[in-house]
Amino acid sequence: MKRMGVSAVFVAILRRDLRSALRSGSEWANPLLFFAIVCTLFPLGIGPDARQLALLAPGILWVVALLASMMATDSLFRSDYDDGTLEQMLLSPMPMYPLVLAKILAHWLTSGLPLCLMSPLLAVILQMPMSGVPVLVVSLLIGSAILSFIGAIGAALTVGLRKGGLLLSLIVLPLYIPVLIFGSAAVKSAIDGVVYLPTLALLGALFMLAVALAPLAVAGALRISVDQ
Amino acid sequence: MANWAWFHKWGSPRWFYQFSGRLLPWLAVPGLLLFIGGCVWGLLFVPPDFKQGNSFRIIYVHVPAAAVAMGAYMFMATAAAVHLIWRMKLAAMVMKVVAPIGASLTFLSLVTGAVWGKPTWGTWWVWDARITSVLILFFLYLGIIALHQAFENREAAAKACAVLAIVGAVNIPIIYWSVEWWYSLHQPASIKFIGESTIHPTMLRPLMATLSGMYLLFGWLVLLYTRAEIIDRERNTRWLQDMLLTDRPADSAERGA
Repeated sequence: MKRMGVSAVFVAILRRDLRSALRSGSEWANPLLFFAIVCTLFPLGIGPDARQLALLAPGILWVVALLASMMATDSLFRSDYDDGTLEQMLLSPMPMYPLVLAKILAHWLTSGLPLCLMSPLLAVILQMPMSGVPVLVVSLLIGSAILSFIGAIGAALTVGLRKGGLLLSLIVLPLYIPVLIFGSAAVKSAIDGVVYLPTLALLGALFMLAVALAPLAVAGALRISVDQ
Repeated sequence: MANWAWFHKWGSPRWFYQFSGRLLPWLAVPGLLLFIGGCVWGLLFVPPDFKQGNSFRIIYVHVPAAAVAMGAYMFMATAAAVHLIWRMKLAAMVMKVVAPIGASLTFLSLVTGAVWGKPTWGTWWVWDARITSVLILFFLYLGIIALHQAFENREAAAKACAVLAIVGAVNIPIIYWSVEWWYSLHQPASIKFIGESTIHPTMLRPLMATLSGMYLLFGWLVLLYTRAEIIDRERNTRWLQDMLLTDRPADSAERGA
């Protein structure tokens, strides 16, 4: 039997996860539907006044995207834990870092990326000024990736628990706060016509930090969840 | 080779139980004296503030609670790291007992802050950078407590909480800094916290007393709860049964005499 290299395993996991996500459909479609429905609730709760909605739109879009991303994270390791794949990954001689990175990347491609792509549409129905839309998409692109990394830590810690869903939100949401602050601030700056690049750069810095550190925490957490 | 015996002792719950038993009064007595004394001093003998009148006196509870609550998280994260690296059972127990104490102190500082805010700022709650940070710290504590309770297996609970505590400790500076930044972006710093301005020495001295008293009381509580945790976990061991059973007749004999 041929031994696979790290990059081959990385690609194999990525392809497998993407394929199963695309075939099941619900995995990438449900967060999108959640995003759209909750964004519809806000005008119904606040009122249809366009000016007021325009003012609140960046915050609403960011908070709802964050919640949608968190909802999707719960299933990140669930099926692999249930069928024993996770155990095999931990037992394999491969380092966990690239394996976890591949899982998170696949998860982001099927949940975070679609959210970013749909956000302009929801920005339009929430009356957000057009000048903010490109920055909204870019900030969500970087931000949702960070959310996937942080969410993966929570998912790894709670994967072995029967009622992990609500608990996941309790432990992960406080950690999401910096991403929300910088993400929505960048969009507001763009709408106000002031510089937004420094804020995006700060998001980028958080992204780098998450790439470097989060997979290590995820690997440690998975080991604990599988061992128990 | 360095002598590591002092370090390995900490791995023994038995040694810690005996050692902490001797330490308890040394923390409790000065802690209570300093805290209660500082409160009495601050409430009765310090002159009222030029602007705030008497309402500032809540500072003698508010500031120590907030300061110790923040320090407690870092202490908990350190215990978490010690548990993960050296697999020290005692560190896991300390980590578990610090979380509810820290959460209570955070809650106390939020409540006293709100009570202080009403006469000073005219509102119970202001979305100020520090208040928001303390609120987030409160949520971080509650998250750790919730995660600990969700596990049935004690070992797994301790390790999972240790990972979360360390992740939280890495994130706390980022959260503080982002909240600070968020606040300066939204509001001009019109409301200055009293701590920012210079504080008069007559007001500061009782504060130092309650602050150090609170640290000692925190240490006392951590030891007390850790001892309770040791009794719970080691109840089937011979040394603990011997110790607890031989202690009791001595106590009752004293009481009888």
